[in-house]
Amino acid sequence: MAGDVVIGDGEVDKSRRVFLTAATATTGAIGVALAVIPFAASWLPSERARAVGAPVSLDLSKLDPGQMVVPIWRRQPIYIVRRTPAMLASLANHDDRLKDPTSLHSEQPAYAKNVDRSRKPEYLVLIGICTHLGCLPKARFAAAIPELGADWPGGFFCPCHGSRFDLAGRVFDGSPASVNLRVPPYAFEGEQTLVIGVDAADAKGAA
Amino acid sequence: MAPVTPPAAPQDKPRGVVAWIYKRFPVQEFLSEQLTGYYAPKNFNFWYFFGSLALVILVLQLATGIFLTMFYKPGEATSFDSVEFIMREVQWGWLIRYLHSSGASLFFIVVYLHMFRAMLYGSYKAPRELLWLLGMVVYLALMAEAFFGYVLPWGNMSFWGAQVIVNLFGTIPVIGPGLVEWIRGDYGIADATLNRFFALHVAAVPLALLLFVVLHLVSLHHSGSNNPDGIEIKARVGADGHPLDGIPFHPYYTVKDIVGMGVMFVLLAIVVFFVPSFGGLFLEAPNFEPANPLSTPEHIAPVWYFTPYYAILRAVPDQRLGAFLMFLAVALFVFLPWLDRSPVKSMRYRGALSRAALALFAVSFITLGYLGLEPAEGRYVILARIFGFIYFAFFLLMPWYSRIDKVKPVPERVTYHGHA
Repeated sequence: MAGDVVIGDGEVDKSRRVFLTAATATTGAIGVALAVIPFAASWLPSERARAVGAPVSLDLSKLDPGQMVVPIWRRQPIYIVRRTPAMLASLANHDDRLKDPTSLHSEQPAYAKNVDRSRKPEYLVLIGICTHLGCLPKARFAAAIPELGADWPGGFFCPCHGSRFDLAGRVFDGSPASVNLRVPPYAFEGEQTLVIGVDAADAKGAA
Repeated sequence: MAPVTPPAAPQDKPRGVVAWIYKRFPVQEFLSEQLTGYYAPKNFNFWYFFGSLALVILVLQLATGIFLTMFYKPGEATSFDSVEFIMREVQWGWLIRYLHSSGASLFFIVVYLHMFRAMLYGSYKAPRELLWLLGMVVYLALMAEAFFGYVLPWGNMSFWGAQVIVNLFGTIPVIGPGLVEWIRGDYGIADATLNRFFALHVAAVPLALLLFVVLHLVSLHHSGSNNPDGIEIKARVGADGHPLDGIPFHPYYTVKDIVGMGVMFVLLAIVVFFVPSFGGLFLEAPNFEPANPLSTPEHIAPVWYFTPYYAILRAVPDQRLGAFLMFLAVALFVFLPWLDRSPVKSMRYRGALSRAALALFAVSFITLGYLGLEPAEGRYVILARIFGFIYFAFFLLMPWYSRIDKVKPVPERVTYHGHA
């Protein structure tokens, strides 16, 4: 046959053909794999989305005890609650009903990995997105309200799938969510200014 | 009944432009292989409408969809307003949009009936396993298409539906959170997400859908259609080389299907003209408000065709397991050809066990669909667990009950009652 490499007695060198076919196919496959990278990477957050995701500052001086403000950081509502001493006391008595009372399996900066899950116990800072499937938990700060039962200590209730969290964002047993509400990186600039998105007030921004 | 022969080839040779085309493209061969020469079993019943009806709806969705893209503007700032523009100001825009939104629900009604037909008569069994798999790919593509389409109006349910569904991927260990950010293209559901969903909805997924529908049909015409008796009609061939129990698809079944099409379009018209939101089942009330990332609707439920799976997701108290079981509930259909060990195909010749199992499955699928629309509280969750259990038991116990089930002898020829 024309084109076949013929050795001595007319035999076709199949192994050479197999090698060349395999080498060509492999090179082509690597090329395709590399070409996929820019297309796949185009789906990552754009430079603009990243820039808009820069840290956010907030003046806390007008926030009264027991109140909540909800600024937006990186398109996520951030729940900031100025907790009263009574609210802080409510955290103490229900560790046995929590899935992760010491936040071992939950996501928070090291400085918020404590019982009240905060830098300063007075200010609770949480990402207000249910760790189950992303709905916004509603504030239900009053204790023992009828819809949530007599043993409700006050906290957050997710209307979508019924997850319950206490006033430190820790998830109760029986909730579809498995981990506590996330704590974003944040720092205080002076006494009254909160910066969301940085771990230290002089830092440039979260990674 | 007299033996049927396909219409003979035209006696006089085509001339002019027709001849020119025939010489260069196999028009006649294609038509005769796929329509006039494709022999389908003569005992098709009501259940056999839904394959061709699905094809009709695909065309309806493509046609109405193309016109909607002429007026729709994807983008956080423009989507909701452009849909309102279509509804209020584009001439007949409301009709085109309601045809498209009702067509989506109709597509799923028809596809679910089509799938149930396959389960009723064992159409997924050898030699049609690949036909079933290709159909499953079409079903998965259709679910993706419906989900992306639901996000586009950028109403509040669009936004929160996208949030919940995209976050399901966050439950995958290790890669989950990064994967979710990649899908969204931002730190939340955003403009970037909406635009890529638009591209997927109008270009990528429809192309894949068309490709797999064609492959599904090629595979069907290669193996031949199953029938309510589950008998291979190719096993008994007449002197003319055609199956004794077969009749040409065209004109016999094209005419039958046109009647089905007429009925379907009447039903579609009733929905489009009188109840386009279908009591919140086809279009949900919160979606008449613009997307608001700071306000979750009081009660999030997907559109009805996803609610059986959604009920399973919510019935599980662990989020990772819940998401896994939900995906498994969809994926189990893929394995039906290998889970079913019955020696016969059709339920007509199967015993009480298989029949009861299929009936229980159908009841649990519909009940889960209802439960997925209700809030995830109290007795609804308990019921979802019970019916979810039946749902999985239907598939996972099938290798056992389909084997020990008593079957009746299958006749050699199809059951057919001719009309005088």
